[in-house]
Amino acid sequence: MQFEKPATTNPIDQLKVVGKPVQRIDGELKTTGRARYAYEWHDPNLPYAYGYPVGSAIAKGQITSIDSAAAKKAPGVLGIVTALDVGNLQKGKLNTANLFGGSVIQHYHQVVAVVVAETFEQARAAAALLKVDYVPEKGAFDLRAEMANAKTPDPSTEPESSVGDFEAAFSTAAVTLDAEYTTPDQSHAMMEPHASIAAWDGDEVTVWTSSQMIDWWRSDFAITLGMDKEKVHLMSPFIGGGFGGKLFLRVDAVLAAFAANAVGRPVKVALPRPMISNNTTHRPATIQRIRIGAERDGKITAIGHESWSGDLPGGGPETAVMQTRLLYAGENRMTAMKLATLDLPEGNAMRAPGEAPGLMALEIAIDEMSEKLGMDPIEFRIKNDTLVDPENPERPFSHRDLIGCLKLGAEKFGWDQRKNPATRREGNWMIGMGVAAAFRNNLVMPSGARVKLDKDGIVTVETDMTDIGTGSYTIIAQTAAEMMGVGVDRVAVQLGDSRFPVSAGSGGQFGANSATSGVYAACVKLREAIASKLGFNSADVLFEDGEVKSGNRVVRLAEAAGVDGLVGEDTIEWGELTKTHQQSTFGGHFVEVGVDVATGETRIRRMLAVCAAGRILNPITARSQVIGAMTMGAGGALSEELAVDTRHGFFVNHDLAGYEVPVHADIPHQEVIFMDETDPYSSPMKAKGVGELGLCGVSAAIANAIYNATGIRVRHYPITLDKLIDELPNVA
Amino acid sequence: MRAFTYERASSVEAAAGAAAQNPDAKFIAGGTNLLDLMKLEIEKPSHLIDVNGLGLDTIEKTQDDGLRIGALVRNTDLAADGTVRRDYGLLSRALVAGASGQLRNKATTAGNLLQRTRCPYFYDPNQACNKRNPGSGCSAIGGITRQLGVVGVSEACLATHPSDMAVAMRALDAVVETVKTDGAKRTIPIADFHRLPGDTPHIESALEHGEFITSVVLPSPVGGKQIYRKVRDRASYAFALVSVAAVIQPDGSGKVAVGGVAHKPWRIEAAEAELPKGAHAMTSALLADARPTEQNRFKISLTERTLGAVLSEAKG
Repeated sequence: MQFEKPATTNPIDQLKVVGKPVQRIDGELKTTGRARYAYEWHDPNLPYAYGYPVGSAIAKGQITSIDSAAAKKAPGVLGIVTALDVGNLQKGKLNTANLFGGSVIQHYHQVVAVVVAETFEQARAAAALLKVDYVPEKGAFDLRAEMANAKTPDPSTEPESSVGDFEAAFSTAAVTLDAEYTTPDQSHAMMEPHASIAAWDGDEVTVWTSSQMIDWWRSDFAITLGMDKEKVHLMSPFIGGGFGGKLFLRVDAVLAAFAANAVGRPVKVALPRPMISNNTTHRPATIQRIRIGAERDGKITAIGHESWSGDLPGGGPETAVMQTRLLYAGENRMTAMKLATLDLPEGNAMRAPGEAPGLMALEIAIDEMSEKLGMDPIEFRIKNDTLVDPENPERPFSHRDLIGCLKLGAEKFGWDQRKNPATRREGNWMIGMGVAAAFRNNLVMPSGARVKLDKDGIVTVETDMTDIGTGSYTIIAQTAAEMMGVGVDRVAVQLGDSRFPVSAGSGGQFGANSATSGVYAACVKLREAIASKLGFNSADVLFEDGEVKSGNRVVRLAEAAGVDGLVGEDTIEWGELTKTHQQSTFGGHFVEVGVDVATGETRIRRMLAVCAAGRILNPITARSQVIGAMTMGAGGALSEELAVDTRHGFFVNHDLAGYEVPVHADIPHQEVIFMDETDPYSSPMKAKGVGELGLCGVSAAIANAIYNATGIRVRHYPITLDKLIDELPNVA
Repeated sequence: MRAFTYERASSVEAAAGAAAQNPDAKFIAGGTNLLDLMKLEIEKPSHLIDVNGLGLDTIEKTQDDGLRIGALVRNTDLAADGTVRRDYGLLSRALVAGASGQLRNKATTAGNLLQRTRCPYFYDPNQACNKRNPGSGCSAIGGITRQLGVVGVSEACLATHPSDMAVAMRALDAVVETVKTDGAKRTIPIADFHRLPGDTPHIESALEHGEFITSVVLPSPVGGKQIYRKVRDRASYAFALVSVAAVIQPDGSGKVAVGGVAHKPWRIEAAEAELPKGAHAMTSALLADARPTEQNRFKISLTERTLGAVLSEAKG
């Protein structure tokens, strides 16, 4: 199905199932431990062996030798596959760093070998016996030091934009801000580590893994292994969190495949937690400069945003300036990204890539400008709202309700109770409120599905879509139920299997809208097949209550299916609407914090997000996405930072004791309000993404609340107490 | 983790005896720290002596109105004990500020005292660490040091002791009771129990090999306001940046130990003479010899400010 024109009324609009707070259909499997994650697949009849990876001890250089003699003799060892054994491998299209193979070390904890043994414990013990010699090389590990060497990245990344005469407008503006902000490297820190099992059958391989994007993995796996994609079967029905860290093929799958081939048995490989930060990808640090010029009445006349980030050769920039091109009006504008070569692990997508760090900076800058102008920060944002793409005014937003979100949020949160900075105290707590805009583009991806109707009237959806904890199973079931006129209990959903039609996958907050649209398209095909079989006119046929109705004819779905059943399969594809119209999601984040006047500890007291994200397919799973994202933003604001050892080139705090994500005690009551809206430009579902919107801007709202509480403006994340303590009031 | 042999000790004497026969043996109780370190091969005992069956899990009054805490009393039980909560509130508060509920259910009194540092370089076997591999150097020096020690540090090591419980015990003048491998008993004041790193940071306590902690004794209750204030980046489940354990008497005198700043709970009794003058005077005396890095210099003012808040709370 080509989606080329704005959606008109369709069966989804009935909203009998879609839009309802349906509990997760996979919830019971998860709460009872029966949902099997990658490492847990276990056929008692298969002789699994266990692989344990060994990571490079240096950040850059060459492996000169690997002495595996002692490890080979260790109890239970079945085989050892080293990077030198396999030699140089073809790199996957979507990988920046080589995952495995050859003598070149590009980053710390790059895998140099995998040791395979009868048990996990034996493999781990033997892995410690491997002796690897290296010739280290000098690397670049310090973004600040490399700023001067940073270059404009590949034009395909659209690194620069310019409208009007920014420099002139900025230099003559009545009120200006010119400030630098920094965001640190961040780790996805998902619960489930990267893990895979590989089992060979002749020249075909089945891999149970933890992947957000089945087809991307399958393609890059085939490239890396040098085999035919059709001979790779990938299974990833349950994923314990990904956040972008499992978008691209990772080394566990490659190691499992080599190891299984070497020992002639299925092999399980999981990345040990202390290896994940440096072995896999991370959100790159940024240094950002924001300049804003405005007239005294608050109208922005000049807005400029520059960002520096680093990556391995062949990598890309953290696209921190992109949202500044779209979020606020202003006649004179510029954005620019610069990319430095860093020999740290591969930088790549993490939830709301670009938007998250970009808005961490921009939405502090907007707060600062509001103060310079003596305006309320909500009024300032409203003043500079735009209904068109400010760089291309002929392109309207398909739907934009930032103002509605901010106004409703202000009312619900009690924004009018906000006091001047550093004036509200409760005992030892300095109290402050902050606000920020949330903004994330709505992306769409082609997405296929197959929908079967069987002789019992059961509807089964098959698609390689993944559920990374987001609720894909449930919203897909709701979509199929709505389309076929049955209850959710009559729908089975099968995901994450490369034998199923290729879907959008999970990423970029495109999964829910794209994948359900693919299911919609397949259901349309199935409805046509049913109508055709029954000889009904498909234009006036009704699917409801488990029946197919046309005029006065009524046939049970089960009966219509017949003994052989019926199948509909299709892929949703997207026309020009994403080009003619800017499709985005909006929100307002409101936060109240307390800062301990003595210690500078910040504790969040209240959070509210108001989101305008098209039709909300399921308010339970959508809310879960938003509060999870708000929690991630709390970590980004207050504690999360991969600390770079710029001498040895690695992230030092590479476990969950050192990399502090929020715990329950950090997260207070969180409220989420969804605006009641639809966006017919987005898809037949009239929905948009919401999974990343909740992260966009929230850290800045926290930073702004800290400023309101203390009068101290911190522009460098995370805002830990050491950045406040020297300016806090004397308490002695 | 290296393969190891394992036995369950039947008595304190048997445990000490088993340790005497094997220089690579370790006692295991809760295992909340030891097992993690064994998985990373930072600890490599060839033999584990499980002491969980030895009793030593009671809390009893001593003849001179103190409290004897068995080595195997779990942190949860110690924190919840009625006498501890009434007479040694500082200890109870420090315990519940540490780790998580699940860990406190397993962790023991003796094991808590013997926790090893959380320095990230100690945890990464690729990095030089004098504590993990004596003589290899200290990669923390010149590296990421925000969490590390500011006082009592050496050219060989910047690590801190991670315990909350031990900081409270230091302020409460606890005494550690042990049995050596030859059966001889001795008592070690907690001030002497943990060592500064010097040039032997791998030697962390006064215990000899195989010496077994049987109990920790607290002297008779000292009254006063007992406050444990732990400062950290997140609200729970994090090691202290700085913690202050204080017993403050109505006349302004008191005892103060500080965590998160040194290789041991940091207390200088002589500095407590400054306490009535306030947090600045006290901290100046307590941290007079501090040698912070650029990254952890904030711990000096954080200690002073936290102590100031504690003193205010004690007054109020």
